[in-house]
Amino acid sequence: MAISTVSNLSSKDFSSDQDVRWCPGCGDYTILKQVQNAMPELGIPKENIVFVAGIGCSSRFPYYMNTYGMHTIHGRAPAFASGLKLSRPDLSVWIITGDGDSLSIGGNHLIHMLRRNIDVNILLFNNEIYGLTKGQYSPTSKVGSVTKSTPLGSLDTPFNPLSLALGANAGFIARAMDRDPKHLKDIILRSEQHKGTSLLEIYQNCIVFNDGAFDLYTDKVSRPETALYLEHGKPLIFGKDNTHGIRLDGMRPEVVELGNGVSADDLWIHDENDHFKAYLLTRFFAVGNEDGFPRPFGVLFEQERPAYEQEVARQMAYAKKRNGDADLEKLLSGDETWVVV
Amino acid sequence: MSIKEVIRETATIRFAGDSGDGMQLTGSQFTNTTALAGNDLSTLPDFPAEIRAPAGTVAGVSGFQIHFGSRAIHSPGDMCDVLIVMNAAALKANIKYLKPGGVIIANIDGFGKKDLNLAKYGPEADPLGEVGTQGYTVIPVDVTKLTRESLKDSGLTVKDIDRSKNMFVLGIVYWLYNRDLEPTRNFLRTKFAKKPEVAEANITALEDGLKFAMATEVFTERYALAPAKIEPGKYRNITGNEATVIGITAAASKSGLPVFLGSYPITPASDILHGLSRMKHFNVMTYQAEDEIAAIGSAIGAAFGGSLGITSSSGPGIALKTEAIALATIYELPLVIINVQRAGPSTGMPTKTEQSDLLQAVYGRAGECPVVVVAPQSPADCFASIYEACKIATQFMIPVMFLSDGYIANGAEPWRYPSAADLDDIPVQFARSRETDDEAFKPYTRNENLARPWAIPGTKGLEHRIGGIEKQHETGNISYDPDNHHFMTHMRENKRNKVADILPLIQMEEGEATGDLLVVGWGGTFGSIKQAVYECRQEGLNVSQIHLRHLAPFPRNLGEILGNFKKVLVPEINNGQLIRLLRDQYFVDAQGYNRVRGVPFSVDELKAAFREALESL
Repeated sequence: MAISTVSNLSSKDFSSDQDVRWCPGCGDYTILKQVQNAMPELGIPKENIVFVAGIGCSSRFPYYMNTYGMHTIHGRAPAFASGLKLSRPDLSVWIITGDGDSLSIGGNHLIHMLRRNIDVNILLFNNEIYGLTKGQYSPTSKVGSVTKSTPLGSLDTPFNPLSLALGANAGFIARAMDRDPKHLKDIILRSEQHKGTSLLEIYQNCIVFNDGAFDLYTDKVSRPETALYLEHGKPLIFGKDNTHGIRLDGMRPEVVELGNGVSADDLWIHDENDHFKAYLLTRFFAVGNEDGFPRPFGVLFEQERPAYEQEVARQMAYAKKRNGDADLEKLLSGDETWVVV
Repeated sequence: MSIKEVIRETATIRFAGDSGDGMQLTGSQFTNTTALAGNDLSTLPDFPAEIRAPAGTVAGVSGFQIHFGSRAIHSPGDMCDVLIVMNAAALKANIKYLKPGGVIIANIDGFGKKDLNLAKYGPEADPLGEVGTQGYTVIPVDVTKLTRESLKDSGLTVKDIDRSKNMFVLGIVYWLYNRDLEPTRNFLRTKFAKKPEVAEANITALEDGLKFAMATEVFTERYALAPAKIEPGKYRNITGNEATVIGITAAASKSGLPVFLGSYPITPASDILHGLSRMKHFNVMTYQAEDEIAAIGSAIGAAFGGSLGITSSSGPGIALKTEAIALATIYELPLVIINVQRAGPSTGMPTKTEQSDLLQAVYGRAGECPVVVVAPQSPADCFASIYEACKIATQFMIPVMFLSDGYIANGAEPWRYPSAADLDDIPVQFARSRETDDEAFKPYTRNENLARPWAIPGTKGLEHRIGGIEKQHETGNISYDPDNHHFMTHMRENKRNKVADILPLIQMEEGEATGDLLVVGWGGTFGSIKQAVYECRQEGLNVSQIHLRHLAPFPRNLGEILGNFKKVLVPEINNGQLIRLLRDQYFVDAQGYNRVRGVPFSVDELKAAFREALESL
């Protein structure tokens, strides 16, 4: 890879000549900006980068990136990305999707992509609403959401996307938000570094149909009390002035106040590679944090295991070695032939 | 008693037994041996959809028919001369396929009280005795007992010994038709290479079956068929699905493109996935996706990346893929979509054949969505047809639908296989990289075929975005301009129609290019129609035949030929689909002959239909 050409790139080089057409104030703008900021730091030539999207507001994203791109079918971006990455493991493949796209119509593809562990990066823009179709509830909308299609409130229990992902044997799950751009960019870079499918859920504000859905976490005043920023090897501490932490009592997490004999040494130390603890972290998911647990942000879980396309390539190489040179004549004739004169 | 050796021009035999009796294997062994003997042949496997329907029931009966001869054979035969039945249910399900006066070789061990009950004959019935009074010759053989006797020293368990019953029966039939045992011996030694004792037991059963037929005086005659006078060349036996697999692999090899097959298991197309998964050394990658949509989506993704993208399915699966087919059409990427048609609608009859997806292939998508449609006419023709489909897809940057069907997919025939050098080239040129000061890349400019450039990721300076949203002419940028949409809709249609420029003109299959009756068929009905037209012409009737491989676009001279006949008859295994396309495009007052029974046309019913059409002139 020609680093010299790569290092010359700036975030502007990743901006296409197309007008960006999201609503003014949409959280998508920040995410686009942070992705464009992260790109030059990847050290990948832009012709080797492909953005693949389904359908929805967020899925217009590839048109705004000056890389290769595919705007595909509602919910099916993982299918297209899978074929592309398997056949072209040299490419850096990104999936841009929304909560309706990936968790409703495309739920099946998402879980299969995660279990296979193909090395693509999924950025899931979660705004808990259908935007492009103008305001119906989504599979992540809270129970009771009053929307265009649920005038008396929605009835169905929403997905917990990261719990779902762990259930599907995801190898990398993380969460970030549009209103904390620096952290967002860091986690985007972390996602890319993971070899295997990475799922980054991004809380994204829909200013028109679901404004303020994540204010509890994104508002700068409430954020310290409600958001738990995870760092590998560091204790789980939150609260303005770092006053609170999470301690494990056997298998049960509990919120504790630091001081009065409780120190950081007593707290749960975040281990990104611990599957069991990751499960507990995904369950910090009560509406409005009503169970007292803050919502975790950062990398909840990372597991090293072979990426699917590497395993496919290994089998291809093995088959070539075992069968020797491909002999088309022999294939055409098969084993049993006869001659008519 | 001396045994009379009778020379036959053609023969049809049918093996029938329980799903667990190994009838498909028995039939395919007889087929290979017969092909090696130089006869022309055509086969029809007839098996239940259930893997193991309750043993001994009519639902669980599996059959295999082969028609072979010393002259050209085009169909698997309407009725059989010899019917082999392993149990009562097999007799019940298949007696209707036996010619009057035909021979039944019956395993009497399969006609006990329990078997009679399972077959719903009733415990006291004597179906063999009964058919014996109807003019059939019944040859009862206690296959179970004889096989156990034959293999008593083999060291195998009784259960394993009983698995060799089919080889004992095959030995009998080999004797009856003067076949060589060697090909099956070789097959068994290869198949059971890791269990030589099983291979030897099966070979012993096969040989003892032959000896039994020779030594006992149950048969009064045996048959000899001279090799067929067929076109000189090198031959092998092949099924439609095998030929499809080899055709795709050959296209990969000749084009230099890697193949990516995205597929989801479905009867009767799964063998294409199985076959291609064994072609990795030819740069063929297979991906068993989570569903039909992911299967085609992955193939399109791979096509964007520069692979020959292929997806294989059957009608219900194709229905699920329609949105993605439309996307590939507006992307203008090469894609081959294989539909091995089966009887529908919905699950229909998965193991039975039908031609009812033609209109789905031509029209069955939202929006104006023209694709190319190609249909093979016989098992061996799957090779040339799929190879051509791959070539058209890459040369025109367009999806091509390949309409095979359950009959030709599983049916077999001898194939005069080509050498690699005989195959057409499939030249592929990806768009070249650009420097920053070059003119901006326009992904939707076009060449003389109206095909756009294939610009694959990894190529410097060609970064571009493709999508399902209407795109501006040349630049490919999103466009909602009314005139542009009108223009692009026609552009896609014109490009599809332009494929006709490279298609060969249609040739008369049988008969003159003008006359009283023209029979127009397409796809897997080729053999039956050809046989029927041939026989009618022998009888002096004024009948000609053309057979369409290209359904969209049609060959350029089709309209002219249709106009040269007083009457046009269109036989199809559907409710009349090609006929609608012909009426629509050529205003031809064609008449249909339509039967939707899940089985190929019989030659006799077609001949009757042709006669009737001529009489009403």
